Amino acid sequence: MIEVKNIHKSFGDAHILKGISTTFEKGKTSLVIGQSGSGKTVFLKCLLGLFQPEEGSILYDGSIYSEMNTDQKRHLRSEIGMVFQGSALFDSMTILENVMFPLRMFTKQSKSEMEDRADFVLKRVNLEDAHNKMPSEASGGMQKRVAIARAIVNKPKYLFCDEPNSGLDPKTAIVIDNLIQEITEEYNITTVINSHDMNSVMEIGEKIVFLKDGLKAWEGSKENIFKTDNEVVTDFVYSSELFKKVRQMYLEERH
Amino acid sequence: MTYLHNIGAYFLMIKDMFRKPTKWSVMRDLIFKDIDDLIIGSLGIVAFISFFVGGVVTIQTALNITSPIIPKYLVGFATRQSIILEFAPTFISIIMAGKVGSFITSSIGTMRVTEQIDALEVMGINAVNYLVFPKFIALMLYPFVISIAMFLGIIGGMAACIYGGFSTVDDYITGIQLDFIPFHITYAFIKTFVFAFVLATIPSFHGYYMKGGALEVGKASTTAFVWTSVVIILLNYVLTQLLLSS
Repeated sequence: MIEVKNIHKSFGDAHILKGISTTFEKGKTSLVIGQSGSGKTVFLKCLLGLFQPEEGSILYDGSIYSEMNTDQKRHLRSEIGMVFQGSALFDSMTILENVMFPLRMFTKQSKSEMEDRADFVLKRVNLEDAHNKMPSEASGGMQKRVAIARAIVNKPKYLFCDEPNSGLDPKTAIVIDNLIQEITEEYNITTVINSHDMNSVMEIGEKIVFLKDGLKAWEGSKENIFKTDNEVVTDFVYSSELFKKVRQMYLEERH
Repeated sequence: MTYLHNIGAYFLMIKDMFRKPTKWSVMRDLIFKDIDDLIIGSLGIVAFISFFVGGVVTIQTALNITSPIIPKYLVGFATRQSIILEFAPTFISIIMAGKVGSFITSSIGTMRVTEQIDALEVMGINAVNYLVFPKFIALMLYPFVISIAMFLGIIGGMAACIYGGFSTVDDYITGIQLDFIPFHITYAFIKTFVFAFVLATIPSFHGYYMKGGALEVGKASTTAFVWTSVVIILLNYVLTQLLLSS
């Protein structure tokens, strides 16, 4: 579980995060949504420890990140899996080598053990015949699946995804969303996804945190988001006619 | 202020390069890969340039010796001195700043742009050690490249001498053996080690700390080449003053 308590982050005069508190539970897929410039990426980088908040604290299973020593932070980092917006696969390595990379860095497994584990997770993300391909030879959807495989290969306790659907067609995006949710439940990990894809919100948003101008404007589940009358949220989530109609149908069904 | 900031950031990067080392089994593979990319991959162009520039140095020297009282073996002597003292260590290093330096900047810069460096940092890996240290170790073999440049430069000079008819092989060989001072080789290799450090670190710095997209990767490569060349030329002056003027 990750607890965020009143974090503030500024860059020069720009106050980006203005006191955000929330909790991300184990085994659940949580989404952080908001418009561009709302502070989502800075928030995610604070969670990852890439930015240090000036105020507030972030607790990983009860341990305060800022109070950890270097070894504890290093250990925590080895328990984190991250899926980047652009996949961030190492382009000098094959797909198999990319997936094996965290194992090579953090475990003492033999080569065959690492290959077996990498093979297993590649199968889990439905990539069975791509082991020896270079990342440049893989499609966007395949690259995202390799990135997920790399993120989960070392059995992380926390999984972070930065806009995992960007640049993907709607069908592949749903496959990726469902894959992340399945893996979260299967391995009982704490998953936080940065997104502004409303399909993801409706599909997998077990918990949704809505940021606006560096503040938490709303939080709840995908079921609650249909019912909320918070104008800031409805303006953003139901900005398209399609989602307006979906919401209308949902509310009519309920009445 | 920007210059001071960059100089400070450069030295902090050097410090980080030796901190929190990457697992040896991974580092070993990276070092071998960088030896292949940076050293073995440069041998062809270095050999080609050295051979022909050695020839040109010989021709120019021979054509400028017009007095009949100057012995012909001085062509070999002048070629040896030019090549060992300046051409091989300094001129080749400037060429390497273009070839190896731009490769280092663009490869690390591309990793920055495509979030690969962020991925390393999120995993808790010291990205500077992972990326720069193997290049630094690989370039410690740079004196091997310079030895080849020295040898081929002198051979190129001999070939030009024979085919141009500027002096005989015997005269040329007498010239390259004349008044040989072994410390000149030491001086050349001290410079080479210093330049190798510059070649590994300045382009890495420009790649690692670059911001922006693909266009900025190109700009960073150009900037890295300019600064690597400037630092090599300045250090060449300082080292020559320190080592040869006493």
